[in-house]
Amino acid sequence: MARAITRNRKTFNTAAAWTMALLLFFPILWTVLTSFKSEPDAVLSPPVWVFFDWTLENYYAVFETSNYFRFFMNSVILSVGSTILGLIVAVPAAWSMAFVPGAKTKDLLMWMLSTKMMPSVAVLVPIYLIFVKLGLLDTRIGLVVVLMLINLPIIVWMLYTYFKEIPGEILEAARMDGATLRSEILFVLLPMAIPGIASTVLLNIILAWNEAFWTITLTTVDAAPLTKFISRFSSPQGLFYAKLSAASTMAIAPILIMGWFSQKQLVRGLTFGAVK
Amino acid sequence: MGQISLDKVTKRFGDISVIPPLDLRIEEGEFVVFVGPSGCGKSTLLRLIAGLEDVSDGRISIDGKDATGVPPAKRGLAMVFQSYALYPHMTVRKNIAFPLRMAGLSQADQDKKVNAAGAVLNLTNYMERKPGQLSGGQRQRVAIGRAIVREPAAFLFDEPLSNLDAALRVNMRLEISELHKTLKTTMIYVTHDQVEAMTMADKIVVLNAGNIEQVGSPLELYHAPRNTFVAGFIGSPKMNLITGPEAAKHNATTIGIRPEHLGVSGTEGTWRGTVGVSEHLGSDTFLRVSGTGLGDSMTVRADGEVNLHYGDTVYLTPNMAKLHRFDAQGLRIA
Repeated sequence: MARAITRNRKTFNTAAAWTMALLLFFPILWTVLTSFKSEPDAVLSPPVWVFFDWTLENYYAVFETSNYFRFFMNSVILSVGSTILGLIVAVPAAWSMAFVPGAKTKDLLMWMLSTKMMPSVAVLVPIYLIFVKLGLLDTRIGLVVVLMLINLPIIVWMLYTYFKEIPGEILEAARMDGATLRSEILFVLLPMAIPGIASTVLLNIILAWNEAFWTITLTTVDAAPLTKFISRFSSPQGLFYAKLSAASTMAIAPILIMGWFSQKQLVRGLTFGAVK
Repeated sequence: MGQISLDKVTKRFGDISVIPPLDLRIEEGEFVVFVGPSGCGKSTLLRLIAGLEDVSDGRISIDGKDATGVPPAKRGLAMVFQSYALYPHMTVRKNIAFPLRMAGLSQADQDKKVNAAGAVLNLTNYMERKPGQLSGGQRQRVAIGRAIVREPAAFLFDEPLSNLDAALRVNMRLEISELHKTLKTTMIYVTHDQVEAMTMADKIVVLNAGNIEQVGSPLELYHAPRNTFVAGFIGSPKMNLITGPEAAKHNATTIGIRPEHLGVSGTEGTWRGTVGVSEHLGSDTFLRVSGTGLGDSMTVRADGEVNLHYGDTVYLTPNMAKLHRFDAQGLRIA
């Protein structure tokens, strides 16, 4: 008999999954709860969980002291912009690697991925100096390019994996049917790869949205996204946990909501090709 | 339109030569079949003609014009793939219209041609379906539809029937032959199935390891195979090839006799043997006869009602007029 999953085992698995999920979710829950506490309640030890005086004062305070929507808009522009730019670069790259591979294609892919293993701080100084020279500090365009570059290996890898699943004969058929390279990619390849492209886009937006190292280092005011918005609440006057939590909640809420609604697509996309 | 010439065409993948210098001329309106065992280079040759592979050397011309470096889209050829290669995200209508859309035809012209092709191929009721909702035969028709709307100089078929079941394959074979009679367009058809080659072709090109072994009409190849490879490849069941003293009696290194040119008798004949496995097809019976002292067992095509069983002794008599003789190089002796 094939391995049957017994009732006990099933209960255990469910419990383990819930424990793991709650552990991962705990910091977010903690942040959200703290954002509704008064500052004194927020630092109580032992902490109060639910029975405190719920207040919105932190949110008012955050709104009053800073322009949330400007940071929000910057986050949107940076994450969407870097994703679009990334696709423009990665689609032709992944196409050529998947359909006209050279002898070194596999090595090139591995090398691209290996750059993700390099600590960002290692290239901080050269990139900072380039930004200073080119006048790109605190500009959206500069940040869009940097975010695109750091996520490019992942976009190329994901697209490459999806493109590999598409039979080459279909593209050859398009060529025989008179399609130019542009039409071949636009009308045949991309529509067939839409599920894969959608998950690539989603993942890339999430990664770019959450990216903190470069966005905090290379911006001050004009191009600052929500990551900078959070970090600003942890400075001059000391730590204000409740206000910091309110700011964090506001910063992560949009991406959390987007992730929630697209989780099916994301999971499908990330496991695509793993099991045939 | 549709005359294709290959002039010293060569294809190498790295150091491996797949097609040695090869010359071939395909006349306008001909139905040419490339046939040969797996890996003989027939699909590569078709892809070279299509432009999907670059030639390493030599020249391909279509209608007298050099097409060697011309991209596939500009060669004016249409191809039907083994896997059909339909666009899964488009309806049948859009699949068939795709080449017309690429050619920049107006919507009205596209509709007219697509509807006409749909009618010819019995696809009218399926025009709004996607390929995933069609049977294998219907998909094959869509692939053919997509090829015919282009009104190409020639059609290229790459083993188009090998994914279909046996009954459907016979039907589609007839449909493609019918289509050729109607359109009168040059067709180049690749298959490993010599029955398809014999039944469909005006001209068969037998390939082996990238070399052309023989070019000729199906009956030329059947009656006068140029060498032992063609003799063994064309005809079903395959020709019996005999070497040794028996061949020497006929002043040859190898002699060949087809199963249908052997007489069977229970009492007398030239070669004596024992009946092995027999295959009863109703119309014919194929007998495997061993112990004749002629090397491998012989295949004999006997009457459907023949009363011979496993282990029976039989006598075989070749029809001398149909005997093929080959020399030490395996070439036919006239």
